[in-house]
Amino acid sequence: MSEIEPKALTPAPATTAGAGVVAPAGRRRHYSVLTRRDKVLLALMVGVPLSIFFVLIWGMALVSVVLSFTDWQGQGPLNFVGLKNYTYLIQSYPAFWPALSHNILWLLSFICFATPMGILLAVCLDRPLRASGLYQTIFFTPVVLSLAVVGFIWELQYSPLAGNGFIDSVLAATGLVKGNATPDWLGDPSINIWAVIVAASWRHIGYIMILYLAGLKSVDPSLREAAAIDGANERQTFFYVVFPVMAPINVVIVVVTVIESLRAFDIAYIINHGKNGLELLSTLITNNSISEASLIGFGSAIAVVLLLISLVPIVLYLTRVMRSEEQ
Amino acid sequence: MSAWAVAGQGTTHNRARRRLKRAGLHVFLIVLAFIFMWPLLYALYTSLRPYGEIVANPTGPFSLPATLNLDNYFSVWNAQNMLGFYWNTAVITIPAVILTLWISSMLAFTISKFSWRFNLLVLMIFTAGNLLPPQVIIVPLRLVYLHLPLPAPLSDNGLMYDQFTGLILIHTTFQTGFCTFVLSNYMKTLSKELIEAAQIDGAGIFTIYRRVVLPLCTPAIAALATLLSVWIYNDFFWALLLFKSGDKRPITAALNNLSGAFFTNPTQLAAVSVMAAVPTIVLYLILQRFFVTGLTLGATKS
Repeated sequence: MSEIEPKALTPAPATTAGAGVVAPAGRRRHYSVLTRRDKVLLALMVGVPLSIFFVLIWGMALVSVVLSFTDWQGQGPLNFVGLKNYTYLIQSYPAFWPALSHNILWLLSFICFATPMGILLAVCLDRPLRASGLYQTIFFTPVVLSLAVVGFIWELQYSPLAGNGFIDSVLAATGLVKGNATPDWLGDPSINIWAVIVAASWRHIGYIMILYLAGLKSVDPSLREAAAIDGANERQTFFYVVFPVMAPINVVIVVVTVIESLRAFDIAYIINHGKNGLELLSTLITNNSISEASLIGFGSAIAVVLLLISLVPIVLYLTRVMRSEEQ
Repeated sequence: MSAWAVAGQGTTHNRARRRLKRAGLHVFLIVLAFIFMWPLLYALYTSLRPYGEIVANPTGPFSLPATLNLDNYFSVWNAQNMLGFYWNTAVITIPAVILTLWISSMLAFTISKFSWRFNLLVLMIFTAGNLLPPQVIIVPLRLVYLHLPLPAPLSDNGLMYDQFTGLILIHTTFQTGFCTFVLSNYMKTLSKELIEAAQIDGAGIFTIYRRVVLPLCTPAIAALATLLSVWIYNDFFWALLLFKSGDKRPITAALNNLSGAFFTNPTQLAAVSVMAAVPTIVLYLILQRFFVTGLTLGATKS
């Protein structure tokens, strides 16, 4: 980065391709107004935060990649072991495939249920409807809660009967399930990931709803009128007119959904530190390298897997931004 | 029957159908709204009940209350340094929000008003970094925090680890990307004539930034300030891993220690959760408009 920075900080001449977005003529005069001092200050304004950002985020990601090829445990010299961490991770580490499949399950549940639900709510609340604002407030409230708080709040619902969990108490009190057979929603490794996904969806739905509502509001109303004049019903109008023009926001929604599923950490950590059925890539990283062991090389290999997966939505998003910038 | 009558009948039929559909929609939304509010309402309800009463009742928490009081809140408040945890949150959140907005508004100003070759690249590095899951960088970041020296006024143990400064730094860094993106998009919509007029009047670059551009960006900055406050308040991950467990943690991460203390008493756990949730909910209810604006600015370009 240091190589291109000096270039980056010199205002581009108006004729460069990069400045294609701006009107060329007035610009040259514009820049001549800048004094030398202004230029230095501008360079600092951009250079300092950018360098910090670059080192702390991308630099650390790069260090993770390097560490993933070592067996470092926090002390002594770095000992490079090639792909050993990765082969062990994929072939022998028992928690890796469960964690990956939980992340995928999380993502699929969001894509198949929570995100469409948020979109549906947005579409319902976009039309003139009594108390629409009140509904929006209610559906969005979980989004302003910390995921740690979400974990605790849902623990009150999911606790076993002996812990006075609400769901199990209802099941037992109404006789739907015998008292000694009530499910242990958070302790049973075959169901607890679902319980956690429900809690996470509770928060995700409102988030998607607000984002989508914002998009719907920006759709040109004359498009809908035209569709109505052509005799399209509401469903047709949405799927054939509104949805396609919402392409940019749809990309945002997809990116948000994927990233949120990859970042999933807090609720699982609150419940059992991401073990016993709640393994996630994120919790494996911290458990292996920080909380329980200091297998820094091995944890970094898991971090690199997470990095590679995250790059898919990130690249998708960037190409979207690029394309709209070119237009 | 004349054609006119048939048409008229059709309209009443349609209107009735539309009304039925609308009623159905309301039923759907009301049921869903109740399901959405339930976990929070239940936490509130539980936090107001004495634990003994729940245990004594054969149907447990699924029972009507004989007593509702604030005893759980008082016992938590007295047993734990709750005020201290709130204070820690404030010491981290307020500077981080101000710093983030200051830095990102300058960056956005430079990026949007002075087009240079790499402005798109800069934005890309920022937004992409912002989307990265924090778990990808936590291991090396924590090592840096544990080993990089930080002098006295900024740190009381000579490190970045276990320091408010360290947490403010990572929050500011992580949020700057999003805010720069939003603000630069916002600034692009401002009229260029205003800035050119100011330049003709002999205003320097900083005068333009402070006196012309920043005031025009007030709506976007207010919206971002609201969003950032809630996001940073809600952070659990950084505070969990970049602080030693203890008195310095902000309220959300402190919940993790507290859960151990109240493991046997769900009513106190409920009280703690409500206490941690109330500030953001209140902020949201008061400043709802800003939330929506902020997210809208982030999601839809211009």
